[in-house]
Amino acid sequence: MFEPARRRTDPRNLVRLAPLALLVLAGCAGRGDLYVLLPGKGGHNGALIVTSGDGQRVLDQPYAAARVSRTGSVEAVATTEAEVRRAFGPALAAQPGRPVSFYLYFLADTDEFTPESKQVVTQIFAEIARRPAPDIVIIGHTDRVGPVPYNDQLSLKRAERVREDLRKLGIPKVRISVAGRGEREPEVPTADEVPEPRNRRVEINVR
Amino acid sequence: MRSALIALALPLVLAVGAASAEAAEDAGYIKASNGVVQIERSGQRLPAPVGSVVHQGDLVITGADGSVGITFRDNSLLSVGPDSVLSIDRFVFNSTTHLGAFESSLKQGTLAVVSGKLAKQSPEAMKVKTPAAILGVRGTEFLVRTGPSTN
Repeated sequence: MFEPARRRTDPRNLVRLAPLALLVLAGCAGRGDLYVLLPGKGGHNGALIVTSGDGQRVLDQPYAAARVSRTGSVEAVATTEAEVRRAFGPALAAQPGRPVSFYLYFLADTDEFTPESKQVVTQIFAEIARRPAPDIVIIGHTDRVGPVPYNDQLSLKRAERVREDLRKLGIPKVRISVAGRGEREPEVPTADEVPEPRNRRVEINVR
Repeated sequence: MRSALIALALPLVLAVGAASAEAAEDAGYIKASNGVVQIERSGQRLPAPVGSVVHQGDLVITGADGSVGITFRDNSLLSVGPDSVLSIDRFVFNSTTHLGAFESSLKQGTLAVVSGKLAKQSPEAMKVKTPAAILGVRGTEFLVRTGPSTN
């Protein structure tokens, strides 16, 4: 608090401090704050809820934007894709590649991949090779036969087994994590206790 | 007597072990890093090249020519532009249920977000703060700019 007061006696410092003071003022008032909703992939835009003090605005259209000029005041502003690309160019350019999922299926009642799945393994290795610092998540899924906790365990075991399989097949040295999603994310929705081979699968998420 | 001591000490050891395991768990990995990019962790500044780990509690800092892209464990993608400071306040993700929380604060600069599995599972799970506002995320992609270093 005392530091700027003392500096004010020196005119050279005043000149140096003036732009800084303006920046600090702008920062306090939140000028320059901008919030923009982007179009979502697959036509699903979702929404962004901007809250500042008592003020709130819901952005739910592509390129809908809001500015907070002072706490409590959320104003809608118009933006265009070109403006947004300019203002956020480097942040957008640094976006990591979207994670991609591959699915492996098993021959009925065996530990063996289907012939199609063997080809998928080749695709997985190619996807890993083309990414910077790749890591993969192996996620087991089950059908709805059996209780939920049992399927959680089963799906994790399935994922762990696939991790060993991929190692034997010569997967590159990358970070690998495993997860068991149980029966929560079926490819084909079914009633409980319905056997469904298409849901007994292992997902390889490359990112 | 000795076994009684072990019985007393064991839950303590387990509790400490569990707590530190959670704190040290990877929140995400750096997939793109350009110019000056640093991570401030426990008061230390570390360089953050591609492949670096990001933890809950980290401060991600970029220089005037810097930008960085991070993929989080729930597949949220966060990338920041130059002269930015992003705090990873909280990251908890259960890979079975997809429940948890992801809270971050952009102190200054620019941020691009693609929300992931946490936001998809629970609308309240992901929050991004700036000095002026709090953002609620309903499964979406968005941009944030804040603070003095804008143009």
